[in-house]
Amino acid sequence: MSTYKTSDFRKGLKVQIDGEPYLMVEMNFVKPGKGNALYKCRLKNLIRGTTLDRVYKGGDTLDSADVEEVDAQFLYKQVDTFVFMNQETYDQYELSAEQVDDGWKWIKEGTVCKMLLYNGNPITMEPPPHVNLKVEYCEPGARGDTATNVTKQIKLETGGEVLAPLFINIGDILRIDTRTGEYVERVRS
Amino acid sequence: MTDSAADQPQRDAGNRFGPSAPWDRLRERAQLLARLRAFFEARGFLEVDTPLLSADTVVDLHLDPLKVVLFEDPCTPEQGSRYWLQTSPEFCMKRLLAAGSPPAIYQVCKAFRGAERGPLHNPEFTIVEWYRIGDDYESGMELLAELARNLLGVPQVERRSYRQAFLDHVGLDPHQATVEELAAFAAQDQTVQLAGATVIDRDQWLNYLLAQYVESHLGRDVPEILYDFPASQAALARVRSLTDDAVRVAERFELYYRGIELANGYHELLDPSVLEERNRSNNQIRENSGKPALPECSRMLDAMRSGLPPCVGVALGFDRLAMVACGASSIHEVLAFPIDRA
Repeated sequence: MSTYKTSDFRKGLKVQIDGEPYLMVEMNFVKPGKGNALYKCRLKNLIRGTTLDRVYKGGDTLDSADVEEVDAQFLYKQVDTFVFMNQETYDQYELSAEQVDDGWKWIKEGTVCKMLLYNGNPITMEPPPHVNLKVEYCEPGARGDTATNVTKQIKLETGGEVLAPLFINIGDILRIDTRTGEYVERVRS
Repeated sequence: MTDSAADQPQRDAGNRFGPSAPWDRLRERAQLLARLRAFFEARGFLEVDTPLLSADTVVDLHLDPLKVVLFEDPCTPEQGSRYWLQTSPEFCMKRLLAAGSPPAIYQVCKAFRGAERGPLHNPEFTIVEWYRIGDDYESGMELLAELARNLLGVPQVERRSYRQAFLDHVGLDPHQATVEELAAFAAQDQTVQLAGATVIDRDQWLNYLLAQYVESHLGRDVPEILYDFPASQAALARVRSLTDDAVRVAERFELYYRGIELANGYHELLDPSVLEERNRSNNQIRENSGKPALPECSRMLDAMRSGLPPCVGVALGFDRLAMVACGASSIHEVLAFPIDRA
C-alpha cells in the first residue's frame, strides 16, 4: 500500500478511507486569498456507490486502495450466489445477488464480465455493454409487422425481460444494451 | 544525462497541439486587455516593465516561488546563482516607487506560483498590478471599484467587511471566535467535512470557512469588495485598530465577482521593521510545516528603509477577470496553453 500526498490528488485516484475503497470522482484545488491550499474532493464508495465530500489541506495524505479490474467469466448460479472465474488466474469468486444487482439479467454461462477486486476480493461486477441473448418466451410474432415503435414483453434465456418489437419470435437472438436494459436489434431469427 | 520518466511533465492525454481556449474567447481576452490599458492610460498611469527573474522573493506562508538557476557554464547547468520567478511584480514596483517614480504606475506581466493548478489556478498566470502614491485605504478601494465597473460593465460595486461576511454566512465574529467555535461550526455540516490528519491553526480555520461557506456568496449579483481582514492575514498591508472595539484589522481588500476572487489590495505597509518581523515569523511557520525558509533580506526592504511613499497597491488576476467577463467557468477557457499544454 502506498500513500498519496495532496499534490498527487486527481480525478480517478483510488483511495482507502475507514477501510473502504473510494474513487476520487472530482478534485478541485482552491486557495482563497493569501490562505493555504485546499483540495475539495468528491469520493465515491466503490462498494456501496455512495458519495462523500471531503476537503483536504496541503500536507494531508490518503492511503491508496488496492483495487484492480479483471475479466471474469460467469460459470453458474448457486442458490444465492453467482460464481465467476478469473480469466487469467482461474481464481473463482462468489458474488452475492446484491453485488450482482441487475447484472443477472444479462449474463449466461461463459459471459465475460468486468469485475472489481478490492484486496483481491470481488466487490462489483459489470456485464459487457452489449450481449446477444436468445428469446425464451414471447407472444407469437405478427408476420410482416416490422414496425419497431410497438413493443411487447420478451423473456430471455437468462430469465431477464426486455421490451422488443412485435415481429420477434421465440428462439430469436437479440442484441441488448446492458447499460440501459434496452433491445438494440435482432441478430438472428 | 537523460531525464527519467518521472521528471517529464504530465501532458494532456491527447497530446494535442492546439489551444485550450476557443478563438472567440482569446479575442475577447485581447479586447479586455486593450480596455484595461486604456483605463490606466486615461488616469495618467505609466506602464512599467520589470524583470520576471529576481534574486529576491516574498516570504509568504502560502506562496511558493519557483527557483531558477542562472548558470554561467552551459556544461554544468545545475550550477549557478539562484534566482526566483516572481510571484508578483510587487518588489520591483515598490523599488521604483521608492526611487522616485511617477506617482501612478501599473504593469501587466506574468507571475509564477508553485504547486497551484486547478480551474482557477495555473502555475504561470497573467497579473495586473498597480500603485498610486497618495491613495489611502478608501481611495484605493474606490479605484478598484471603478476599474471593475469599467471593465465588467456593471452599474455598481458593493463593499462588505470580512467580519460582516462571516456574521452573515457563518454567524461567528471572525476576529473574536475561538478555534473551538470555528471548528464546531464546520463539524455541524453533514454534507462536507474537513478531513485529514494535519492540525490547523486559527487562520487556516478561517480560510476553510471562507472557502466553504462565504466565498460563493461574495459578489453574487454585482462585484463586491471584501475589506478589513484579520490582522494575522495582513501580508504586506498596514494594520489598524477598529474604533468600536479595538480589534486589530489589516487594511487589505479583495475584489470578488460571482464567488471568484479577482484582486487583492493593500494600504501598503511602510515600516520595514514590521515587515522584517513578519518575514521572520513566516519563515518559522514555513519550516515547521516542512517547507524551505526563504531569504528574508531583499532590495525591497532596502527600498522601504529609504522611504516608500504612502500608497495603495492592487494585484489583479487577469486570467480570472477574462474568465468572469466572458462567462467561462475555468481559466483554461481563456488561456491558450495552460500548464498541461505548456
